Amino acid sequence: MSYLEYTVKRVPTGLAKVLYLNWALILLLVAVAGIGFLMLYSVAGGSLSPWAEPQMKRFALGLVMMFAVAMVPIWFWRNLAGLAFALSILLLLVVEFFGVTGMGAQRWIDLGFMRLQPSEVTKITLVMILAAYYDWLDIRKTSRPLWVAIPVVIILIPTALVLRQPDLGTAILLVAGGGLMMFLAGVHWAYFAGVIGAGVGLVTTVVQSRGTDWQLLKDYQFRRIDTFLDPASDPLGAGYHITQSKIALGSGGWTGRGFMQGTQSRLNFLPEKHTDFIFTTLAEEFGFLGAFSLLVLYALIILFCVVSALANKDRFGSLLTLGIAATFFLFFAVNMSMVMGLAPVVGVPLPLVSYGGSAMLVLLIAFGLAQSAHVHRPRGRT
Amino acid sequence: MRRTPKDTEESARRITRRGLVLGGLQLGFMGVLALRMRYMQVEQADEFRLLAEENRVNLRLLPPARGLIYDRNGVVVAENEQNYRIVLVKEDAGDVDAVLDRLQRIVRLDPEEIERIRRETDRLSPFVPVTVADRLSWEAFAEVAVNAPALPGVSPEVGLSRIYPLAEDFAHLIGYVGPVSDYDLGQLENPDPLLQIPRFQIGKVGVESRMEEVLRGRAGTKRIEVNAVGRVMRELGRQEGRPGANLQLTVDSMLQNYVQVRLGEDSASAVVLDIKSGDVLAIGSAPSFDPNKFVRGISVADYSALTENEYRPLANKSVQGVYPPGSTFKMITALAALEAGVIRPDETVWCPGFKEVGSRKFHCWRRGGHGWVDLRESLTESCDVYYYDVAERVGIERIAAMARRLGLGQRYDMPMSAIHPGLMPNKAWKRENRQAEWVIGDTLNAGIGQGLVLASPLQLAVMTARLASGTAIEPRLVKSVDGAEQSGPGVPPLGIDARYLQMVRKGMHDVINTRSGTAYGSRIEAEGIRMAGKTGTSQVRNITAAERAAGVFRNEDLPWNRRDHALFVCYAPFDDPQVACSVVVEHGGGGSLVAAPIARDIVLQALYRGTPPLSAYPASQRGTIRTRQEKLILRDPATLTDGRSRA
Repeated sequence: MSYLEYTVKRVPTGLAKVLYLNWALILLLVAVAGIGFLMLYSVAGGSLSPWAEPQMKRFALGLVMMFAVAMVPIWFWRNLAGLAFALSILLLLVVEFFGVTGMGAQRWIDLGFMRLQPSEVTKITLVMILAAYYDWLDIRKTSRPLWVAIPVVIILIPTALVLRQPDLGTAILLVAGGGLMMFLAGVHWAYFAGVIGAGVGLVTTVVQSRGTDWQLLKDYQFRRIDTFLDPASDPLGAGYHITQSKIALGSGGWTGRGFMQGTQSRLNFLPEKHTDFIFTTLAEEFGFLGAFSLLVLYALIILFCVVSALANKDRFGSLLTLGIAATFFLFFAVNMSMVMGLAPVVGVPLPLVSYGGSAMLVLLIAFGLAQSAHVHRPRGRT
Repeated sequence: MRRTPKDTEESARRITRRGLVLGGLQLGFMGVLALRMRYMQVEQADEFRLLAEENRVNLRLLPPARGLIYDRNGVVVAENEQNYRIVLVKEDAGDVDAVLDRLQRIVRLDPEEIERIRRETDRLSPFVPVTVADRLSWEAFAEVAVNAPALPGVSPEVGLSRIYPLAEDFAHLIGYVGPVSDYDLGQLENPDPLLQIPRFQIGKVGVESRMEEVLRGRAGTKRIEVNAVGRVMRELGRQEGRPGANLQLTVDSMLQNYVQVRLGEDSASAVVLDIKSGDVLAIGSAPSFDPNKFVRGISVADYSALTENEYRPLANKSVQGVYPPGSTFKMITALAALEAGVIRPDETVWCPGFKEVGSRKFHCWRRGGHGWVDLRESLTESCDVYYYDVAERVGIERIAAMARRLGLGQRYDMPMSAIHPGLMPNKAWKRENRQAEWVIGDTLNAGIGQGLVLASPLQLAVMTARLASGTAIEPRLVKSVDGAEQSGPGVPPLGIDARYLQMVRKGMHDVINTRSGTAYGSRIEAEGIRMAGKTGTSQVRNITAAERAAGVFRNEDLPWNRRDHALFVCYAPFDDPQVACSVVVEHGGGGSLVAAPIARDIVLQALYRGTPPLSAYPASQRGTIRTRQEKLILRDPATLTDGRSRA
């Protein structure tokens, strides 16, 4: 179903659109970002610089962009999906050859006022193009092999480019995000079962082959996998960060050690305390209550997106909103699992809380798209 | 593209279904996250809180101040001085080279030192202080402090280090402290964590080493908060330690100084005991050395000068040096014989100058012999043949037993290094240690303190004090620990018949106070002070028959290390014994000529508590005595610090 079948007369126009925005969602986003400012202020030792203040400015800029995006009708964005995706692939190629490498793997383009990471942009453009693809595709063809192969290729192109950087965290998010889009669009269960089954089978075979004559990987490769899966086996290297992170989190207790009283972050035992590991500072200083509150806020954001999407009769808008919610979920789920020692350390920031310009702007633009879908949703039949 | 309403309915239903499934899965995963959070933050909170505390809290030890050591009058003999040093913190200094250049205008730094400082600043974290210069003068220290603004990162610090104000006087007794070596740590079963502190110093020899546990004290602790790279953020709390206990010795530092100065550069030692209490009033060994050099780190040249000196300045000869006691042993043989009843005091023995036993001839020191000799004369003139005869009669076992009762062949419990127990052999000992049977010649030699018998100057002094007092006094070195008087063991009587003791004492009196006595030249003529003593000259070689025939065994003709040892033991006043003294001059020649005059000077010094009047000496000697007194440079009492007024 597309907007073309609906009369657009009842869609709000002009400034009236502002009234139809999903204001609860906006308030939730501001609340989460507020927690982020507080934590950035704390990890800087009670100072707005160097992190809290730039973060606030970017959030303000992001909010403006979110409103701007939300004002533009959703069908415009749908038509732009292909172009946006192509552009993000182009940017990935540009940084591949001309980009600046910093902080290990992240590559960016310096825009002067901020550094743009094309890999962040891609997370959203991928959702957009997949939503547009399934909006266009006849639903009876959804599960046919050829029409399943096309989105797989669409997902694998940016994934391959990001893996080359190498940025494993983003690659995982792209594959998972894309996969979830296909799942939402209604691709048959069997495909997912097949892929998951094949993956499990492959991993089992490789692990089983260890120590036998037909060993599939070299010994050192196995050891690297060991360290990746169980950082505690390398307590001074990769394990150090995750150990310190768990100590910080656990030592928070019920109510935490108090604002700016977290010894683990204040004394620099935490790695990357303003970016990937900022959740541990929150958990250390505000305890289980603080950490759980943030989780509840995140859950509410997801909930409002799902509700908005399910109420939306427009297929593109609905898929897009669900896809954005899923991507958002993947961000914090991977990040929290990582700092709690449930998942290996891959560089994924905590959405809207971690310090970082690209990720925040891209997320807010994505929520702008969701808002646009919400505002311009079809209302009743002609 | 147009779509049928049916398709649209189907699509919407599918998205709703899948959306709800996914939403449910997401919610489920968030539940898992929440549970994990709860588990870590509630169930395991205490565990993680402990780990966080371990992360941030470091325990630093606060070294205690080492206990001071005083003499019996409260004069400080070992104390802690302020040690001024300057340290450099690289991150505050910025340009280390520039700062060092500026610093060099105030403090001279060797190129090797600068090289070391550069190496350390490069190697260590930038916030770790590196010692630039140690043991600065107050002036240089103050100048660095005044110029601090021009010297970023440089800060003056004050520490404590050991100093021995009386330097050479107490080198052997007190010893010295030094940095803990790996060897020291290896020796200990459960080393005090204090010993791991860089630059911490412990006693290496002497009282400093043997009283280490008392002097060291207990470390305090400081809890500090550190960050991930170990920088100290703040102090969380401290627990003060206990400084080491102060030690008061029985030694009189003025007398000790006199003893060292009087012994001079000879290879000699002297011990002065208080006869009543057993207090060690002075215990000297010469030549001496400056223990402060060891504390600061002695140079190779200085050290090899000490080790290569044939007078062995590092050895504490008063307890570590053992010598054949020679004629000073004769009182023991005499007492053993009197107690055994094998001689009567008035019984005489014919001394023709030698005694023949079997085919061997045992000679008296006087070749012509002494003629008829009784007990008193045997001591006065130190007749050897008398004692050969008496020893043969009484036997080695009884001589050895008497020697032990008088303090020979045993180790005293004193906090000094390398105390030698000496040797008082008997038949069993020789069988066991030499795998040879005891022969009569051994008894004869032992009877005059030669052969296998060995005694240290301390043992000889104890023997003399026991003879003089008739009690089994023990030497005592530590007077009090932190003000608490250390009571020595009780003083049991020796159990020797007082009449026999009196006979021996009379002999010792006449050694000095009769014209025929071997130490008549060293008599005291002060009113009411008479000294009693015994000379000894112990051979360190055998006189060959050829030498004896040729008559060439004048000591002065021999190389130093083959000359006889000169010994003298004495006590005074004769009527009311106060002090006992022993003097041994290694390879000094004759006891009467070399050791006795030194002992007399020391005894007078002890009795007068200072330089005695010339009237105490025989009139004929006063001229030479005065010259000698003038030549001796004693420590000015005004330079001594009274520790009690300060501590």
